Amino acid sequence: MTWETTALVAGVAAPFLTAVLIFALGEHRHAARSRVNLAGAALTGTAVLAAAAAALAGAPDAYPSVGIALLDIGFSLRADMLGTLFAVVAGVLWLITTVYAIGYMSHASDRARFFGFFSVCVGSAIGIALSANLLTFFIFYEILTLATYPLVIHSGTPAALKGGRTYLTYALPAGGALAVGVVWLNLIAGPVEFTAGGSLDPVLASTHAGSLIVIFALLMLGLGVKAALFPLHGWLPAAMVAPAPVSSLLHAVAVVKAGVFGIARVVLEVYGPLGRDLGVTQVLAVLAGFTIIFGSVRAIAQDDFKKRLAFSTIAQLSYITLGVALASPIAIAGGIAHLAHHAAMKITMFFTAGAVAEEVKAYRVSEFDGLGKRMPLTMTAFSLAAIGIVGVPPVAGFTSKWLLGVGGVDAGAGWVIAVLGISSVLNAAYFFPIIHRAWFRTPKPEWAHGPASGKPEGDMRMIVPLVITAAIGLAMGVFAGMDLSPASWAQAIAGWEFPW
Amino acid sequence: MSQTDLYTLAGAALFIIGLYGLMTRPHLLHKVLALNISSAGVFFVLVGIARRVPGTTPDPLPHAMVLTGIVVTVSSTAFALALAKRIYSETGIAALDASDVDAEENAGG
Amino acid sequence: MAEWIMRQLPALIILVPFTAAPLAYLLGTRFGRPVGFISALLSQPLAVLLAITVMREGTLRYEVGGWGGPLGIDLVADGLTATMVLVTTVVGLFVTIYALGYFGDRERYRFFWPLWLFLWGSLLALFFSGDIFNLYVCLELVSMSAVALVGLTLRREALVAAMRYMLAAILGSLFYLFGVALIYGAFGSVDMQTLREIVRADTTAQAALALMTVGLVLKTALFPLHFWLPPAHSNAPSPVSAVLSALVVKGSFYILVRLWVDVAQPMAFPGVSTVLGILGATAIIWGSLQAFRQERLKMLVAYSTVAQIGYLFLMFPLVTGGGQAATDAWMGGIFHAVSHALAKSAMFLAAGLVLARFGHDRIDGLAGLSRRAPMTAMAFGLAGVTMMGLPPSGGFVAKWLLIRASIEAGQWWWAVIVVTGGLLAAAYVFRVVGPFFSREPEGIDDLDLDPGRSPWAMEGATLALAIGALLLGVLGQPLLDLIMVSAPALVAGVTP
Repeated sequence: MTWETTALVAGVAAPFLTAVLIFALGEHRHAARSRVNLAGAALTGTAVLAAAAAALAGAPDAYPSVGIALLDIGFSLRADMLGTLFAVVAGVLWLITTVYAIGYMSHASDRARFFGFFSVCVGSAIGIALSANLLTFFIFYEILTLATYPLVIHSGTPAALKGGRTYLTYALPAGGALAVGVVWLNLIAGPVEFTAGGSLDPVLASTHAGSLIVIFALLMLGLGVKAALFPLHGWLPAAMVAPAPVSSLLHAVAVVKAGVFGIARVVLEVYGPLGRDLGVTQVLAVLAGFTIIFGSVRAIAQDDFKKRLAFSTIAQLSYITLGVALASPIAIAGGIAHLAHHAAMKITMFFTAGAVAEEVKAYRVSEFDGLGKRMPLTMTAFSLAAIGIVGVPPVAGFTSKWLLGVGGVDAGAGWVIAVLGISSVLNAAYFFPIIHRAWFRTPKPEWAHGPASGKPEGDMRMIVPLVITAAIGLAMGVFAGMDLSPASWAQAIAGWEFPW
Repeated sequence: MSQTDLYTLAGAALFIIGLYGLMTRPHLLHKVLALNISSAGVFFVLVGIARRVPGTTPDPLPHAMVLTGIVVTVSSTAFALALAKRIYSETGIAALDASDVDAEENAGG
Repeated sequence: MAEWIMRQLPALIILVPFTAAPLAYLLGTRFGRPVGFISALLSQPLAVLLAITVMREGTLRYEVGGWGGPLGIDLVADGLTATMVLVTTVVGLFVTIYALGYFGDRERYRFFWPLWLFLWGSLLALFFSGDIFNLYVCLELVSMSAVALVGLTLRREALVAAMRYMLAAILGSLFYLFGVALIYGAFGSVDMQTLREIVRADTTAQAALALMTVGLVLKTALFPLHFWLPPAHSNAPSPVSAVLSALVVKGSFYILVRLWVDVAQPMAFPGVSTVLGILGATAIIWGSLQAFRQERLKMLVAYSTVAQIGYLFLMFPLVTGGGQAATDAWMGGIFHAVSHALAKSAMFLAAGLVLARFGHDRIDGLAGLSRRAPMTAMAFGLAGVTMMGLPPSGGFVAKWLLIRASIEAGQWWWAVIVVTGGLLAAAYVFRVVGPFFSREPEGIDDLDLDPGRSPWAMEGATLALAIGALLLGVLGQPLLDLIMVSAPALVAGVTP
């Protein structure tokens, strides 16, 4: 094993091992568990960064990979640029979220269960990122579905159990569709690995066109649930019953990005040009465009803060889907970059939701009047993230939207500009009122004098992470032109995925 | 019709009679006896097969199989009877309970 | 020396439990338990050695007493046999560890050890049998010991369930024996190797196959002849339930597979195999729905067995056409039998832990179990993953192979059944697991566990089985290779 393959295996294995240790420690050793968890997260973060370095060094022909025999396809991991981008997002944000979660859950029960399954989820997400073929991808994808369930129903209330049931009702049949699609595809095309630019033999477009179209639909059904593509998005608002760290990392980053990441893999590295020849990516693009508008419109109507963020996420995810479905490397770059950009910005927002809920017990937007006085750091971070999502430079969201717009024109789909424009206006419509309320409305009497004298505005384990993630979002935008920014990384990836 | 065929048909008839008894009689003793009748039917078939080539000495292998079968039947009958006796002393009825009588008749569900 | 051991392996493997059984009986409860444990331990390296030998050298043949067929009894070990022996031995070890704690050294359960060791030995003898008459004898041995174990507690429900099981078992064996008689009459041999070469489709032989199939289907509890299974498996003591669902039903299934796919393959009607497949599909749907409706945990798990057995029968219609579909269906069906054995035994052992701790197994009364008994809840949940056929589990690999086989054979409707079955299984699994996480109502009391019991060992054994089923999902390739060693011609891709 070379250092590259060690990093690859460590990145996936470390979270799972951390989970086993957490379960073994039992419920009551909180300090030991936090140390184990943080150590595991730090190790994982390092490993995925190392894997990304290996990917960069080996691009585009000599990516390190490792695997064992399983069925005729094999259970294999690979460190390529697209995969390590997602892995780094998940791994680095896990470390930050762990600190946040330790703070958020400090008075909660069943913490061993929580942190254990949380680690399994992160491990699965990294496994999804670093999978070398559809079988490995599917295995981790379903583990993710299962491991998220205990987290969604964590509080054990009837509402939580109902949210969990809704989640499973969407996710399990989707898994079934995905399974059939993957098995069928492997039957037709043989044991295919993910390959930049598509791995299906172009001949198949003429011999098996009908089957390939049905398979694509099945795969999109399976992936579209996690990617919150209309009409498969219904579970996401229901899942907001989960604790805030779950909503932040999983439902803003790991679980939902696993869905769009899967779509990116299938469209770019399995179907490749066959997607356009068969007409399926065009349908996908339109559906994504519709979801963008739909999510944004629904967000405006939500008073519950987390639900508003959920619908915003639904819309934002489809930016990524739209990007990869368009026939232009610029659009593809925009979509892939948004995977990282949105993660940083949205996680900040969910961290805010949790901090505000814990500190001042405000759960609805209508309760946020004057919050900027009571929790200035928090609301500054939130505001920064919000303008990023709307697409105002220099925060990261602007870069990805710009690339998407230019790419849309490049692909001959000018309607994309209209969608982007309308959704930006809608984004402003559901985020700017929050900013306005927080900073410009009269606060409640007990908030009017800021945080209690001498004390921080909230548990620092929650406040510091959200400031950091907001700063990351800002940095991604400001430094977008640099070589190692997500935007540059995405452009390099797009160049290889779309070589013509 | 050869001797073997006769024995085979007789054996099959006994088998079916036993099967009928097993399914229709609720009393445990009757069920056990019915199974014994079915076993006898199968042994008939085997004995008949031993003589399938007339004029030569009978084939000893089916005889061995019948003997094994008899031993198995005797021990399982003994076990079944002990179990039936125990059920009778525990429940006062020598039957699986009433609803299962119907189940046995319909052979399932 | 090593060579000699390898030659004797089939006999050695069977002798270990068969020697331990009378020893356990004679020595009484105090020494019976260690005898059982040692026997279980000794069996492990032997079974692994068998698997390795078969992988390397192909089919192993042992003539008992040196006599050889047709009058002597031959023991035969090909890939399928080695697989079944391996799974019996591994499940047996963990059930033994569990039983040591579960029964303690209480006098009323003193017959568990001789009976269990005898059942173990009979199962092994069944898998090694080289002729179809010896299979009848082993079927009876297995059934008798299983029936006795069902009634072990001497509770009224258990006795009645045992009686029903016994009557069904004896009937099934009789049908089978009738078929053996007719086959001998038609072809003059009971040796499977000989029959493989001379069997052909004439009326007597097909009648024989039909009779044997009816008997074996009854013993495997395929819908609609499954009526005896739920009461028997739910009223038996939990370690016994585990063995019944995991191993005993696989014994008669093994014989069906031997007949249909291997020995009597030329006589197989495509029509009849489709009927078997349809019954299997019905079992999956009906069993899962019934499981969902149950109030008691052990009844739910028992109906889950009825449903999961249905998957095994999907193999038959997919195998008849030969080709790659047959190979995949063969691997998928056998692998499913193995994974189910591990996961189902874990489920029943977990149910037993629940019973021992709370005194009941009412599903509605298990709220908050993840807090009270985390290892038990985790084991049950992980075992449920295999039932649902989700990764990473052996159940998933089996499901993958069955779906692939259905698409390859052009019979895609079985794939729909497989996926639907997984969703239905999710319904009954999450019906139990969901409340594990809920806010528990006040006032659930722990029963005082018997001081002789060691919950760690019992929980560990349960969890080990559940994790084993998961590991099969990722590390299962060597087992798939073993299943294919000396596989029957129809599924080995060899043109006969």
